[in-house]
Amino acid sequence: MLEYLSIIFTAILANNIVFAQFLGICPFIGVSKNMESAFGMGMAVTFVMALATAVTWLLQHFVLLPFGLGYIQTIVFILVIAVLVQMLEIVMKKTSPALYSALGVFLPLITTNCAVLGVAIIVAQKDFGFIHSLVYAIATALGFALALAIFAGIRTQLELADVPRPMRGVPIALITAGILAMAFMGFSGI
Amino acid sequence: MKALSVLYDGLVRKNPTFVLILGMCPTLGTTSSALTGMSMGLATLFVLVCSNVVISLVRNLIPDKVRIPAYIVIIASFVTMLQMVMQAWLPALYASLGIFIPLIVVNCILLGRAEAFASKNNPALSAVDGLGVGLGFTAALTLLGAVRELLGTGAVFGARVYPEDFGSLIFVLAPGAFIALGFLIALFNRLTSRQ
Repeated sequence: MLEYLSIIFTAILANNIVFAQFLGICPFIGVSKNMESAFGMGMAVTFVMALATAVTWLLQHFVLLPFGLGYIQTIVFILVIAVLVQMLEIVMKKTSPALYSALGVFLPLITTNCAVLGVAIIVAQKDFGFIHSLVYAIATALGFALALAIFAGIRTQLELADVPRPMRGVPIALITAGILAMAFMGFSGI
Repeated sequence: MKALSVLYDGLVRKNPTFVLILGMCPTLGTTSSALTGMSMGLATLFVLVCSNVVISLVRNLIPDKVRIPAYIVIIASFVTMLQMVMQAWLPALYASLGIFIPLIVVNCILLGRAEAFASKNNPALSAVDGLGVGLGFTAALTLLGAVRELLGTGAVFGARVYPEDFGSLIFVLAPGAFIALGFLIALFNRLTSRQ
């Protein structure tokens, strides 16, 4: 139990996927303009990341490794993720329109979210067990959602600030993210 | 003449990093020094030129509905080739770039160029476009890496400019990546808006 708690703590705070590992920066900059879409994106990523990690783990350990196909890992993983996202979209549309209207717009964006493929590859490289991988994936996604939510809150305030013209938009957002990353670095001391 | 303007577009006017703000993950993740930044840029350049040419060659054979998965498979094949070549001949570099090499697959620059340029133009022009955008990306990553290395350790490409004690380590660490890139984009905005 304690082992899983430490995985969760590390993945959410100390080794945050956005601020420490530089994955998923595009949605982090693109979808964090208001709290609502940040929350929707965070939830969609959590869902897809958990599912994708579970499926790619099973594939890696029961298909790719036994048949000595480790070298096509990249192609297989990205295809599986793309298919998974597409299927999820279709199933969600049919079975729960409410969830679809909340998360639907974010789903196509997730295929090219490097955080999802990144976590699948990290898990395969570090050779985590199944439960360990799943806990790691969910915690990492929650860390992503946390980063997105904090950043969305700051950005709504930034809208009102008088920023020099060349710094408006992305530059000031990146500098803010840098200061946030410093704050998150503090957790790695614990 | 057209080729030159395509090249200039990729390098400056539509620079993937400073103007279009694409491919941020490798930009931030691999630029702790000028050398790693440049290597990442060149790796992306290789995949971009190859995938652009192949996609342009098969652009009339792929049905419109399945084009995106087809592009992803082509890009992923070249990334896999790159991974194998680097593992064999440049194992140290491969280890230092780590996860960002397989993640070239999901770099939005590649799919973006495939969709916006290679699927509409002939192979020669697509190769030039890949070269221009790739060089623009490489230049941006090398510049960012050089700035971070200089401010962080007082050296560029390992050549000492001032003593290491005066460097501030934060620029080599994660926060410095965000801050340095933010200021570089602001500088690029300032320089291009004046014209």
